[in-house]
Amino acid sequence: MIHFVLLISRQGKVRLTKWYSPYSQKERTKVIRELSGVILSRGPKLCNFVEWRGYKVVYKRYASLYFCMCIDQDDNELEVLEIIHHYVEILDRYFGSVCELDLIFNFHKAYYILDELLIAGELQESSKKTVARLIAAQDSLVESAKEQASSISNIIAQATK
Amino acid sequence: MEQLKTIGRELAMGSQGGFGQSKEFLDLVKSIGEARSKAEEDRIVLSEIETLKRRIVEPDIPRRKMKEYIIRLVYVEMLGHDASFGYIHAVKMTHNDNLLLKRTGYLAVTLFLNEDHDLIILIVNTIQKDLKSDNYLIVCAALNVVCKLINEETIPAVLPQVVELLGHSKEAVRKKAIMALHRFYQKSPSSVSHLVSNFRKRLCDNDPGVMGATLCPLFDLITIDVNSYKDLVVSFVSILKQIAERRLPKSYDYHQMPAPFIQIKLLKILALLGSGDKQASEHMYTVVGDIFRKCDSSSNIGNAVLYECISCVSAIYPNAKLLEAAADVIARFLKSDSHNLKYMGIDALGRLIKLSPEVAEQHQLAVIDCLEDPDDTLKRKTFELLYKMTKSSNVEVIVDRMIDYMININDNHYKTEIASRCVELAEQFAPSNHWFIQTMNRVFEHAGDLVKSKVAHNLMRLIAEGFGEEDDTADSQLRSSAVESYLRIIGEPKLPSLFLQVICWVLGEYGTADGKFSASYVTGKLCDVADAYSNDEIVKSYAVTALMKLFVFEIAAGRKVDILPECQSLIEELSASHSTDLQQRVYELQAIIGLDAHAVECILPSDASCEDIEIDKNLSFLNDYVQQSLEKGAQPYIPESERSGMLDISNFQAKISMKLQLMVLVPEPSYHREVQQAATVPSSSDTGSSEVKLRLDGVQKKWGRPTYSSSAASTSNSSSQNTVYEVTPVDGSSNVNSKAREASYDLKKTQVEISPEKQKLAASLFGGTSKSERRASSTGHKVPKGSSHVLKSTAGSTTDVLVEKTTPVQPPPDLLDLGEPTIKDGPSSVDPFKQLEELLDPTQLGSSANPGIVGSTSAPDIMQLYSDKPASGQSGGFMYPSSSNRSDDNLVSGLANATTDSAHNITAAAHPSQFSKGPNLKDSLEKDALVRQMGVTPSSQNPNLFKDLLG
Repeated sequence: MIHFVLLISRQGKVRLTKWYSPYSQKERTKVIRELSGVILSRGPKLCNFVEWRGYKVVYKRYASLYFCMCIDQDDNELEVLEIIHHYVEILDRYFGSVCELDLIFNFHKAYYILDELLIAGELQESSKKTVARLIAAQDSLVESAKEQASSISNIIAQATK
Repeated sequence: MEQLKTIGRELAMGSQGGFGQSKEFLDLVKSIGEARSKAEEDRIVLSEIETLKRRIVEPDIPRRKMKEYIIRLVYVEMLGHDASFGYIHAVKMTHNDNLLLKRTGYLAVTLFLNEDHDLIILIVNTIQKDLKSDNYLIVCAALNVVCKLINEETIPAVLPQVVELLGHSKEAVRKKAIMALHRFYQKSPSSVSHLVSNFRKRLCDNDPGVMGATLCPLFDLITIDVNSYKDLVVSFVSILKQIAERRLPKSYDYHQMPAPFIQIKLLKILALLGSGDKQASEHMYTVVGDIFRKCDSSSNIGNAVLYECISCVSAIYPNAKLLEAAADVIARFLKSDSHNLKYMGIDALGRLIKLSPEVAEQHQLAVIDCLEDPDDTLKRKTFELLYKMTKSSNVEVIVDRMIDYMININDNHYKTEIASRCVELAEQFAPSNHWFIQTMNRVFEHAGDLVKSKVAHNLMRLIAEGFGEEDDTADSQLRSSAVESYLRIIGEPKLPSLFLQVICWVLGEYGTADGKFSASYVTGKLCDVADAYSNDEIVKSYAVTALMKLFVFEIAAGRKVDILPECQSLIEELSASHSTDLQQRVYELQAIIGLDAHAVECILPSDASCEDIEIDKNLSFLNDYVQQSLEKGAQPYIPESERSGMLDISNFQAKISMKLQLMVLVPEPSYHREVQQAATVPSSSDTGSSEVKLRLDGVQKKWGRPTYSSSAASTSNSSSQNTVYEVTPVDGSSNVNSKAREASYDLKKTQVEISPEKQKLAASLFGGTSKSERRASSTGHKVPKGSSHVLKSTAGSTTDVLVEKTTPVQPPPDLLDLGEPTIKDGPSSVDPFKQLEELLDPTQLGSSANPGIVGSTSAPDIMQLYSDKPASGQSGGFMYPSSSNRSDDNLVSGLANATTDSAHNITAAAHPSQFSKGPNLKDSLEKDALVRQMGVTPSSQNPNLFKDLLG
């Protein structure tokens, strides 16, 4: 099971955190500090895995962004590495050549996508197409809701004039 | 097409003022992005929190604005600050009918709240309503929240609806309902135990996504109770077969592998079902074999599946053919240049080693390379492997290495783990008393504060018991060597408390037992300890009790006790101690010294720490006293159960006092003291001390036990020691031999070089380089089919004694072959296929002379040929060709992973620039312009922000 997902920039800035196991705010800060210290200092040719407090953390660097996932001792590291890549590919498809800036300003969208990919710390959908379809459906629904809302507010505005 | 989309998106963005948020928020993000220090960032965030606190309670906030506030709260909390003042607003937002707001509210609460938060009760109602919604997207959103926030108490509120949703027409809903039910099961198995059959039903769902999701709960269920699911073996096997034959929709393919994530999950389940079950395992052999054959070993995901196959093969009932295939894959992993694959190889080796120990010997040099690798992760994994393959013949080398490593790390968690492993191995396989004591000393010296106190108690017990009754001289040898080394160590500064406790206890018990050291010398040392560690009451208690024992043994032996002046002052000082425990010990000490020889011998018999203490629970020795009192007119005792009236209360009290007693007794440090006291005053028995009594039966001879692996299997301890001693000179001679031989073949070929240290290490770890290694590697880099026969024939040669014979006979040129697996540019690179593999291998890309070329050629390749949406592929290439090489390599590697076909690669190489650069650069420029327009100019600070994550 995946216990948490972290996105950390090369400078150690947090870009996204998702916790599937309970951690208090204090613990979260500690975990992030500890792990970014370990991961950011690792050389480029070493393993993409780090053993940490009896768990394993799998990380992968994309441009200046590190994607990290914490998993159990008996999980398959290579698989998790591919789950990360899977997520990045979906992000890439959604944002159209995704860059760190997209994630900084649209981190809530990155969360929505992650929610379609992982649930309760398990991979729920391994088909990129299905995830993309669901996200698109949600977006269009939001759009239509927005239009509706704005048209209603227009009506109200006109009525109250 | 993509052009249109970007334009469309830009239009949408324009209408919303950039990325969909207000200038204020963008400014916040920007200023945090440009903060130079953590302190500055904190300052910004704190002022943001103040702003939000003020704004969020204002009346009549427009909904759009409120949504943004919530997102800003999420941002603040993500950066590690407390945003709890806004939780209630996020909860309120979930009640909103507008989907846009509801979705934001749901996102925020899943990120803010843990399952035990008080506010959850306010969301349950909304969730219930949303689960009934006509719109499947709202149902999905609600199910997401259910998975995260519903706890044991609230499960019943949503359970019926979730179960109903298992039959929903939309597969996305069914999938999430399954996962929600799985989560319920994890949190409270009893609440959903009657629904478990639903998981079986959903396994046959038409949608592969739902079927894949069902495997998660099934895996958990099968882990707990294998036998109830044996009937599903056939179904799982047939699903796996269908996937391997690519019968699933194409959209589940991932990097040309058919549904690899589902394959992995299935293999995990099969491993559980086939474990120790021959019949079930036989169903699996064919399909697992198929996957071994079909897996694409050049892609990362292919290797992930292969690794899972190995795990499965080593878990189920063994099959020779599959084991052979697994060994082949392991060989490939270990020979790979990728650290990831080496790591997986070592891990897989650890799994397979139980079934076929000879596999490890094939790869001994690779294992040693990993052990000496600068990468800590790989090193630790290798230690784990060594731990699994320790036997009496190699324990010294392995434990030594472990301790050396342990001394140099700061990670306390791992230090604790490796220390207890060292102790465990030393206890099990120690070749000699001396070595054992030395090893334990090193472990305690460097990690004494980290090891569990149980380990220390174990050590005391071992020293006290030794080998048991059979060999008294060995016992006393062990003790005297322990005493000797402790007296030497005791003067060193800053020893860990736990170690000092052991030292004090052993010195008290056996300090003067062999007559080598005088009582005054030992007591002097103990007084020094009590002085030097005056803050540590436990150590002082141990020291005082040790002093008491030494004095008592002196008295019992009929010698005059002379108490040193420093000892006298210590006793006086401690008799006024704030610790009542210490005081009591000192007063006991003073009282006991005054007694005669016979009395003290009864109180503290020498070397009796292992004797069972008979506890007279009926307190029969008090009968006379009771009788006398009764005669004098005292009230007779009425048992609690017979007393009327206050029955309940007294019962209750008794329970409490029992509990208290247990609580007092449980902490480990006091554990031994209790026993000690019981030993001191055997007559004052109570039920408590009988409970904590050391259980000495069945723990004897935990160490020095012969192992299955070597020739010592059937012989006794002493003979196994002999073999060990025999080996030592062999190591030396083979070392010399190899040096000589090295010199001889150095003349012929210089590129082969295995350091003698490494060979020596190999010899001591694996019992010498065995033939199988040489033969296997001499036939090329792929392990030949016949290798299994070779393995079988040489399987017997693993014992130390045989090695002694075989090593010197090795003809010189063989050593040359020995080195082959470790040669980086050896014969393997002649193979064109291998070359290609290297080109595509992610980690090798970095080392290739010009990664840029590979990157730009492979990028358009995938896009053109495999991507469903060709435009997204245009992202491949470089926007900032001048930026650091390292990150480029990494970016490219992601894509190179996907590329597997050489032909396409080459064709694409013909027109590299055309595809990669153009649109991409434009894309990023547009983004840059957009951001600048909004007044955000992060590019000067960090150009990487604009870099495509996927290269």
